[in-house]
Amino acid sequence: MTRYDSLLASVGGTPLVGLPRLSAPFNADGRPQVRIWAKLEDRNPTGSIKDRPALRMIEEAEKSGLLTPGCTILEPTSGNTGISIAMAATLKGYRTVFVMPENTSEERRQLLRMWGAEIVSSPAAGGSNEAVRVAKQIAAEHPDWVMLYQYGNDANALAHEEGTGPEILADLPSITHFVAGLGTTGTLMGVGRFFRKAKAEVRIVAAEPRYGELVYGLRNLDEGFVPELYDADLIDSRFSVGPRDAVRRVRELLELEGIFAGISTGAILHAALGQAAKVAKAGEGADIAFVVADGGWKYLSTGAYEGTIDEAEDRLEGQLWA
Amino acid sequence: MAIEVRIPTILRTYTGGEKAVNADGANLHALIDALDASHPGIKGRLLEDNGDLRRFVNIYINDEDVRFIGSLDAELSDGDQVVILPAVAGGAR
Ligand SMILES: Cc1ncc(COP(=O)(O)O)c(C=O)c1O
Repeated sequence: MTRYDSLLASVGGTPLVGLPRLSAPFNADGRPQVRIWAKLEDRNPTGSIKDRPALRMIEEAEKSGLLTPGCTILEPTSGNTGISIAMAATLKGYRTVFVMPENTSEERRQLLRMWGAEIVSSPAAGGSNEAVRVAKQIAAEHPDWVMLYQYGNDANALAHEEGTGPEILADLPSITHFVAGLGTTGTLMGVGRFFRKAKAEVRIVAAEPRYGELVYGLRNLDEGFVPELYDADLIDSRFSVGPRDAVRRVRELLELEGIFAGISTGAILHAALGQAAKVAKAGEGADIAFVVADGGWKYLSTGAYEGTIDEAEDRLEGQLWA
Repeated sequence: MAIEVRIPTILRTYTGGEKAVNADGANLHALIDALDASHPGIKGRLLEDNGDLRRFVNIYINDEDVRFIGSLDAELSDGDQVVILPAVAGGAR
Protein backbone atom coordinates (compact mmCIF):
# COMPACT_ATOMS: atom_id res chain seq x y z
CA MET A 1 0.00 0.00 0.00
CA THR A 2 1.40 3.44 -0.85
CA ARG A 3 -1.51 5.69 0.14
CA TYR A 4 -1.78 6.97 3.75
CA ASP A 5 -4.18 9.16 5.69
CA SER A 6 -1.39 11.40 6.99
CA LEU A 7 2.39 11.59 7.14
CA LEU A 8 2.38 9.89 10.55
CA ALA A 9 0.54 6.89 9.12
CA SER A 10 3.38 6.38 6.63
CA VAL A 11 6.07 5.60 9.22
CA GLY A 12 7.73 2.19 8.67
CA GLY A 13 7.20 -0.26 5.82
CA THR A 14 10.65 0.59 4.47
CA PRO A 15 12.34 -1.30 1.60
CA LEU A 16 14.88 -4.07 2.07
CA VAL A 17 17.34 -3.97 -0.81
CA GLY A 18 20.01 -6.46 -1.86
CA LEU A 19 23.62 -5.35 -2.22
CA PRO A 20 25.04 -7.62 -4.95
CA ARG A 21 28.31 -5.75 -5.45
CA LEU A 22 29.20 -5.57 -1.75
CA SER A 23 28.28 -9.26 -1.41
CA ALA A 24 30.30 -10.39 -4.45
CA PRO A 25 33.74 -10.77 -2.80
CA PHE A 26 32.31 -13.39 -0.41
CA ASN A 27 30.87 -15.52 -3.18
CA ALA A 28 33.46 -17.68 -4.89
CA ASP A 29 32.15 -20.17 -7.46
CA GLY A 30 30.15 -23.08 -6.12
CA ARG A 31 30.14 -21.94 -2.47
CA PRO A 32 26.95 -21.27 -0.50
CA GLN A 33 25.75 -17.72 -1.16
CA VAL A 34 26.49 -14.92 1.28
CA ARG A 35 24.02 -12.09 0.65
CA ILE A 36 23.94 -8.68 2.30
CA TRP A 37 20.71 -6.67 2.54
CA ALA A 38 20.07 -3.04 3.54
CA LYS A 39 16.93 -1.97 5.43
CA LEU A 40 16.46 1.59 4.20
CA GLU A 41 15.26 3.44 7.31
CA ASP A 42 16.16 6.76 5.73
CA ARG A 43 12.91 6.27 3.77
CA ASN A 44 10.83 7.33 6.78
CA PRO A 45 9.03 10.71 6.92
CA THR A 46 11.89 12.68 8.53
CA GLY A 47 14.62 10.52 7.02
CA SER A 48 15.68 8.32 9.91
CA ILE A 49 14.83 5.16 11.82
CA LYS A 50 13.84 7.34 14.77
CA ASP A 51 10.40 8.08 13.33
CA ARG A 52 9.37 4.62 14.52
CA PRO A 53 10.22 4.92 18.24
CA ALA A 54 9.35 8.64 18.42
CA LEU A 55 5.83 8.06 17.14
CA ARG A 56 5.33 4.97 19.28
CA MET A 57 6.56 6.72 22.46
CA ILE A 58 4.18 9.63 21.82
CA GLU A 59 1.23 7.32 21.12
CA GLU A 60 1.84 5.27 24.28
CA ALA A 61 2.15 8.47 26.36
CA GLU A 62 -1.14 9.70 24.90
CA LYS A 63 -2.82 6.38 25.67
CA SER A 64 -1.65 6.41 29.27
CA GLY A 65 -2.84 10.01 29.72
CA LEU A 66 0.67 11.34 30.40
CA LEU A 67 0.65 13.48 27.27
CA THR A 68 -2.34 15.80 26.82
CA PRO A 69 -3.03 18.55 24.24
CA GLY A 70 -0.72 21.55 24.63
CA CYS A 71 1.90 19.65 26.65
CA THR A 72 5.63 20.38 26.41
CA ILE A 73 7.82 17.42 25.45
CA LEU A 74 11.40 17.49 26.76
CA GLU A 75 14.03 15.04 25.46
CA PRO A 76 17.81 14.54 25.50
CA THR A 77 18.73 13.89 21.87
CA SER A 78 21.60 14.70 19.58
CA GLY A 79 19.44 14.76 16.54
CA ASN A 80 17.31 12.15 14.91
CA THR A 81 14.92 11.42 17.78
CA GLY A 82 14.44 15.14 18.27
CA ILE A 83 13.69 15.67 14.60
CA SER A 84 11.16 12.84 14.64
CA ILE A 85 9.46 14.05 17.81
CA ALA A 86 9.40 17.62 16.48
CA MET A 87 7.66 16.50 13.29
CA ALA A 88 5.04 14.50 15.18
CA ALA A 89 4.61 17.31 17.72
CA THR A 90 3.95 19.80 14.93
CA LEU A 91 1.14 17.63 13.61
CA LYS A 92 -0.23 16.84 17.07
CA GLY A 93 0.12 20.25 18.73
CA TYR A 94 2.86 19.81 21.33
CA ARG A 95 5.70 22.16 22.23
CA THR A 96 9.19 20.64 22.18
CA VAL A 97 12.44 21.32 24.06
CA PHE A 98 15.55 19.27 23.25
CA VAL A 99 18.83 18.98 25.12
CA MET A 100 21.72 18.41 22.70
CA PRO A 101 25.50 18.19 23.11
CA GLU A 102 27.09 21.34 21.66
CA ASN A 103 29.28 19.31 19.26
CA THR A 104 26.44 18.04 17.05
CA SER A 105 26.14 19.02 13.41
CA GLU A 106 24.59 22.34 12.38
CA GLU A 107 22.16 20.63 10.02
CA ARG A 108 20.51 18.87 12.91
CA ARG A 109 20.09 22.07 14.91
CA GLN A 110 18.69 23.93 11.93
CA LEU A 111 16.20 21.16 11.16
CA LEU A 112 14.99 21.13 14.76
CA ARG A 113 14.49 24.89 14.75
CA MET A 114 12.54 24.64 11.48
CA TRP A 115 10.11 22.25 13.13
CA GLY A 116 9.67 24.81 15.89
CA ALA A 117 11.76 23.15 18.58
CA GLU A 118 13.70 24.94 21.30
CA ILE A 119 17.27 23.73 21.87
CA VAL A 120 19.25 23.68 25.10
CA SER A 121 22.96 22.92 24.62
CA SER A 122 24.85 20.61 26.96
CA PRO A 123 28.68 20.49 27.22
CA ALA A 124 30.53 18.53 24.52
CA ALA A 125 32.63 16.67 27.08
CA GLY A 126 30.71 13.61 28.18
CA GLY A 127 28.62 13.50 24.99
CA SER A 128 25.08 12.29 25.32
CA ASN A 129 25.66 11.36 28.98
CA GLU A 130 25.74 15.07 29.74
CA ALA A 131 22.61 15.73 27.65
CA VAL A 132 20.79 13.07 29.65
CA ARG A 133 21.99 14.57 32.93
CA VAL A 134 20.98 18.11 31.94
CA ALA A 135 17.58 16.93 30.66
CA LYS A 136 16.87 15.14 33.93
CA GLN A 137 17.74 18.34 35.81
CA ILE A 138 15.38 20.44 33.63
CA ALA A 139 12.64 17.81 34.04
CA ALA A 140 12.91 18.14 37.81
CA GLU A 141 12.41 21.93 37.48
CA HIS A 142 9.36 21.51 35.21
CA PRO A 143 7.25 18.71 36.61
CA ASP A 144 4.48 19.42 34.07
CA TRP A 145 6.75 18.77 31.08
CA VAL A 146 6.81 15.26 29.66
CA MET A 147 10.14 13.55 29.14
CA LEU A 148 9.60 10.48 26.95
CA TYR A 149 13.16 9.38 27.80
CA GLN A 150 14.09 7.19 24.86
CA TYR A 151 16.90 5.43 26.78
CA GLY A 152 14.46 3.81 29.19
CA ASN A 153 11.11 3.86 27.37
CA ASP A 154 9.83 0.40 26.47
CA ALA A 155 7.83 1.89 23.57
CA ASN A 156 11.17 2.66 21.86
CA ALA A 157 12.07 -1.05 21.66
CA LEU A 158 8.45 -2.04 21.06
CA ALA A 159 8.33 -0.01 17.83
CA HIS A 160 11.08 -2.28 16.51
CA GLU A 161 9.77 -5.51 18.03
CA GLU A 162 6.42 -4.99 16.32
CA GLY A 163 7.60 -3.08 13.23
CA THR A 164 11.20 -3.32 12.05
CA GLY A 165 11.70 -6.98 13.05
CA PRO A 166 8.53 -8.47 11.52
CA GLU A 167 9.03 -6.43 8.32
CA ILE A 168 12.52 -7.86 7.84
CA LEU A 169 11.47 -11.46 8.51
CA ALA A 170 8.55 -11.13 6.08
CA ASP A 171 10.88 -9.84 3.35
CA LEU A 172 13.76 -12.21 4.14
CA PRO A 173 12.57 -15.49 5.71
CA SER A 174 16.07 -16.95 5.21
CA ILE A 175 17.73 -14.26 7.36
CA THR A 176 20.74 -15.47 9.41
CA HIS A 177 22.13 -12.20 10.86
CA PHE A 178 20.70 -8.82 11.88
CA VAL A 179 23.15 -5.95 12.33
CA ALA A 180 22.27 -2.49 13.71
CA GLY A 181 23.73 0.48 15.56
CA LEU A 182 23.74 0.73 19.33
CA GLY A 183 22.64 4.04 20.82
CA THR A 184 19.61 3.97 23.04
CA THR A 185 19.76 0.25 22.16
CA GLY A 186 16.08 0.38 21.16
CA THR A 187 16.59 -1.02 17.65
CA LEU A 188 18.65 -4.00 18.79
CA MET A 189 16.55 -4.74 21.87
CA GLY A 190 13.29 -4.67 19.92
CA VAL A 191 14.45 -6.56 16.85
CA GLY A 192 16.49 -8.92 19.06
CA ARG A 193 13.47 -9.72 21.22
CA PHE A 194 11.39 -10.33 18.09
CA PHE A 195 13.87 -12.77 16.56
CA ARG A 196 14.52 -14.61 19.85
CA LYS A 197 10.83 -15.60 19.67
CA ALA A 198 10.24 -15.78 15.91
CA LYS A 199 13.53 -17.27 14.63
CA ALA A 200 15.96 -17.86 17.48
CA GLU A 201 18.91 -18.88 15.30
CA VAL A 202 19.25 -15.38 13.85
CA ARG A 203 22.46 -13.80 15.19
CA ILE A 204 21.96 -10.28 16.55
CA VAL A 205 25.01 -8.07 16.06
CA ALA A 206 25.61 -4.59 17.50
CA ALA A 207 27.84 -1.88 16.03
CA GLU A 208 28.71 0.84 18.51
CA PRO A 209 30.39 4.06 17.36
CA ARG A 210 33.80 4.76 18.92
CA TYR A 211 34.34 8.50 19.22
CA GLY A 212 37.30 10.69 19.99
CA GLU A 213 38.61 11.01 23.53
CA LEU A 214 36.53 14.05 24.39
CA VAL A 215 33.35 12.00 24.53
CA TYR A 216 34.88 9.54 27.00
CA GLY A 217 36.31 12.31 29.17
CA LEU A 218 34.30 11.50 32.27
CA ARG A 219 35.51 12.93 35.53
CA ASN A 220 34.78 9.66 37.21
CA LEU A 221 34.13 6.12 36.01
CA ASP A 222 30.91 5.96 38.00
CA GLU A 223 29.46 8.63 35.67
CA GLY A 224 29.34 5.97 32.94
CA PHE A 225 26.00 5.26 31.34
CA VAL A 226 24.27 2.11 30.15
CA PRO A 227 20.75 2.73 28.78
CA GLU A 228 18.03 1.25 31.00
CA LEU A 229 16.65 -0.59 27.95
CA TYR A 230 19.86 -2.58 27.40
CA ASP A 231 19.71 -6.34 27.94
CA ALA A 232 22.94 -8.06 26.84
CA ASP A 233 21.12 -11.41 26.48
CA LEU A 234 19.32 -10.11 23.39
CA ILE A 235 22.50 -9.66 21.36
CA ASP A 236 25.18 -12.13 20.35
CA SER A 237 28.14 -9.88 19.61
CA ARG A 238 29.04 -6.25 19.88
CA PHE A 239 31.69 -4.33 17.95
CA SER A 240 33.20 -0.93 18.55
CA VAL A 241 33.77 0.87 15.24
CA GLY A 242 35.95 3.95 14.91
CA PRO A 243 35.49 6.87 12.49
CA ARG A 244 38.04 5.59 10.00
CA ASP A 245 36.23 2.30 9.33
CA ALA A 246 32.84 4.04 9.41
CA VAL A 247 33.89 6.60 6.78
CA ARG A 248 35.56 3.98 4.58
CA ARG A 249 32.43 1.84 4.59
CA VAL A 250 29.96 4.66 4.12
CA ARG A 251 31.89 5.65 1.00
CA GLU A 252 31.94 2.05 -0.28
CA LEU A 253 28.18 1.88 0.16
CA LEU A 254 27.83 4.99 -2.00
CA GLU A 255 30.40 4.00 -4.63
CA LEU A 256 29.38 0.35 -5.02
CA GLU A 257 25.66 0.40 -4.32
CA GLY A 258 24.61 4.01 -4.80
CA ILE A 259 23.28 4.39 -1.26
CA PHE A 260 24.03 7.75 0.42
CA ALA A 261 23.90 6.97 4.13
CA GLY A 262 24.84 8.69 7.39
CA ILE A 263 28.15 7.92 9.03
CA SER A 264 26.76 5.56 11.68
CA THR A 265 25.55 3.34 8.84
CA GLY A 266 29.18 2.99 7.77
CA ALA A 267 29.94 1.59 11.23
CA ILE A 268 27.00 -0.80 10.94
CA LEU A 269 28.07 -1.95 7.47
CA HIS A 270 31.59 -2.52 8.77
CA ALA A 271 30.24 -4.96 11.37
CA ALA A 272 28.00 -6.60 8.74
CA LEU A 273 30.94 -7.15 6.38
CA GLY A 274 32.92 -8.62 9.30
CA GLN A 275 30.14 -11.19 9.78
CA ALA A 276 30.08 -11.90 6.02
CA ALA A 277 33.83 -12.54 5.97
CA LYS A 278 33.57 -14.88 8.94
CA VAL A 279 30.72 -16.89 7.43
CA ALA A 280 32.43 -17.10 4.02
CA LYS A 281 35.67 -18.29 5.63
CA ALA A 282 33.72 -21.09 7.33
CA GLY A 283 32.34 -22.06 3.92
CA GLU A 284 28.77 -21.30 4.95
CA GLY A 285 26.01 -19.23 3.37
CA ALA A 286 24.23 -16.32 5.02
CA ASP A 287 21.55 -13.66 4.59
CA ILE A 288 22.75 -10.65 6.53
CA ALA A 289 20.36 -7.73 6.99
CA PHE A 290 21.67 -4.42 8.33
CA VAL A 291 20.08 -1.07 9.09
CA VAL A 292 20.66 2.12 7.11
CA ALA A 293 19.75 4.39 10.04
CA ASP A 294 19.59 7.65 8.07
CA GLY A 295 20.84 9.41 4.94
CA GLY A 296 24.08 11.37 4.68
CA TRP A 297 22.54 14.81 4.26
CA LYS A 298 22.75 15.88 7.88
CA TYR A 299 26.46 15.04 8.07
CA LEU A 300 27.79 16.82 4.96
CA SER A 301 29.15 19.67 7.08
CA THR A 302 31.28 17.23 9.10
CA GLY A 303 33.57 16.86 6.08
CA ALA A 304 33.33 13.05 6.16
CA TYR A 305 32.35 12.75 2.49
CA GLU A 306 35.18 14.81 1.00
CA GLY A 307 38.92 14.39 0.59
CA THR A 308 40.97 11.44 1.75
CA ILE A 309 39.97 9.03 4.52
CA ASP A 310 42.77 10.50 6.67
CA GLU A 311 41.35 13.99 6.26
CA ALA A 312 37.84 12.80 7.04
CA GLU A 313 39.07 10.98 10.14
CA ASP A 314 40.80 14.14 11.38
CA ARG A 315 37.71 16.25 10.79
CA LEU A 316 35.51 13.85 12.73
CA GLU A 317 37.72 14.04 15.82
CA GLY A 318 35.69 15.66 18.58
CA GLN A 319 32.36 15.47 16.70
CA LEU A 320 29.46 13.20 17.48
CA TRP A 321 29.19 11.57 14.06
CA ALA A 322 26.56 8.96 14.72
CA MET B 1 54.26 -11.74 23.06
CA ALA B 2 53.13 -8.10 22.97
CA ILE B 3 49.60 -6.83 23.24
CA GLU B 4 48.85 -3.15 22.95
CA VAL B 5 46.38 -1.90 25.56
CA ARG B 6 44.77 1.49 24.94
CA ILE B 7 44.04 3.36 28.15
CA PRO B 8 41.17 5.90 28.47
CA THR B 9 41.97 9.41 29.74
CA ILE B 10 40.41 8.73 33.09
CA LEU B 11 42.80 5.84 33.87
CA ARG B 12 46.01 7.45 32.63
CA THR B 13 46.96 8.49 36.14
CA TYR B 14 47.97 4.83 36.52
CA THR B 15 50.11 4.78 33.37
CA GLY B 16 52.03 8.01 33.91
CA GLY B 17 49.89 9.67 31.24
CA GLU B 18 50.59 7.02 28.58
CA LYS B 19 47.73 6.50 26.10
CA ALA B 20 48.79 2.95 25.31
CA VAL B 21 50.97 0.43 27.10
CA ASN B 22 52.17 -3.07 26.22
CA ALA B 23 51.35 -6.08 28.33
CA ASP B 24 51.30 -9.86 28.08
CA GLY B 25 48.75 -12.53 28.86
CA ALA B 26 47.18 -15.61 27.29
CA ASN B 27 43.76 -14.33 28.27
CA LEU B 28 42.23 -11.10 29.57
CA HIS B 29 42.57 -12.23 33.19
CA ALA B 30 46.30 -12.71 32.82
CA LEU B 31 46.63 -9.47 30.89
CA ILE B 32 44.91 -7.43 33.62
CA ASP B 33 47.11 -9.05 36.27
CA ALA B 34 50.19 -8.16 34.23
CA LEU B 35 48.88 -4.63 33.74
CA ASP B 36 48.36 -4.26 37.48
CA ALA B 37 51.88 -5.50 38.20
CA SER B 38 53.38 -2.66 36.14
CA HIS B 39 50.66 -0.11 36.95
CA PRO B 40 49.52 -0.91 40.50
CA GLY B 41 45.89 -0.12 41.29
CA ILE B 42 44.51 -0.19 37.75
CA LYS B 43 42.93 -3.63 38.26
CA GLY B 44 40.75 -2.28 41.05
CA ARG B 45 39.33 0.31 38.64
CA LEU B 46 38.47 -2.30 36.01
CA LEU B 47 37.11 -5.12 38.16
CA GLU B 48 34.67 -5.37 41.05
CA ASP B 49 35.85 -6.85 44.34
CA ASN B 50 34.28 -10.15 43.27
CA GLY B 51 36.42 -10.14 40.13
CA ASP B 52 33.70 -9.25 37.59
CA LEU B 53 34.17 -6.53 35.01
CA ARG B 54 32.77 -3.24 36.36
CA ARG B 55 29.43 -2.18 34.91
CA PHE B 56 30.72 1.07 33.38
CA VAL B 57 33.91 -0.42 31.96
CA ASN B 58 33.94 -1.84 28.44
CA ILE B 59 36.90 -3.79 27.12
CA TYR B 60 37.33 -4.70 23.46
CA ILE B 61 39.72 -7.20 21.85
CA ASN B 62 40.26 -6.28 18.20
CA ASP B 63 37.12 -4.10 18.46
CA GLU B 64 34.89 -6.89 19.83
CA ASP B 65 33.25 -6.44 23.25
CA VAL B 66 34.78 -9.09 25.53
CA ARG B 67 31.49 -9.66 27.35
CA PHE B 68 30.38 -11.65 24.28
CA ILE B 69 33.56 -13.66 23.86
CA GLY B 70 34.11 -15.09 27.33
CA SER B 71 34.68 -11.90 29.35
CA LEU B 72 37.88 -12.27 31.40
CA ASP B 73 38.49 -15.72 29.92
CA ALA B 74 38.64 -14.27 26.39
CA GLU B 75 41.83 -15.50 24.76
CA LEU B 76 44.58 -13.25 23.47
CA SER B 77 47.30 -13.72 20.90
CA ASP B 78 50.34 -11.79 19.82
CA GLY B 79 49.45 -8.61 17.97
CA ASP B 80 45.93 -8.30 19.38
CA GLN B 81 44.77 -4.84 20.34
CA VAL B 82 42.91 -4.28 23.58
CA VAL B 83 40.88 -1.09 24.08
CA ILE B 84 39.48 -0.05 27.45
CA LEU B 85 36.66 2.53 27.41
CA PRO B 86 34.15 3.86 29.92
CA ALA B 87 30.52 3.12 28.95
CA VAL B 88 28.91 6.29 27.59
CA ALA B 89 25.83 7.12 25.59
CA GLY B 90 27.04 7.85 22.10
CA GLY B 91 25.67 9.86 19.23
CA ALA B 92 22.64 10.57 17.14
CA ARG B 93 19.87 9.56 19.46
C1 LIG C 1 21.98 7.68 12.80
C2 LIG C 1 21.75 6.70 13.89
N1 LIG C 1 22.43 5.56 13.94
C3 LIG C 1 22.25 4.65 14.92
C4 LIG C 1 21.32 4.82 15.93
C5 LIG C 1 21.16 3.79 17.04
O1 LIG C 1 19.86 3.33 17.28
P1 LIG C 1 19.24 3.01 18.72
O2 LIG C 1 19.07 4.29 19.49
O3 LIG C 1 17.94 2.35 18.44
O4 LIG C 1 20.17 2.10 19.47
C6 LIG C 1 20.61 5.98 15.85
C7 LIG C 1 19.70 6.28 16.87
O5 LIG C 1 20.10 6.39 17.94
C8 LIG C 1 20.78 6.93 14.83
O6 LIG C 1 20.09 8.06 14.78
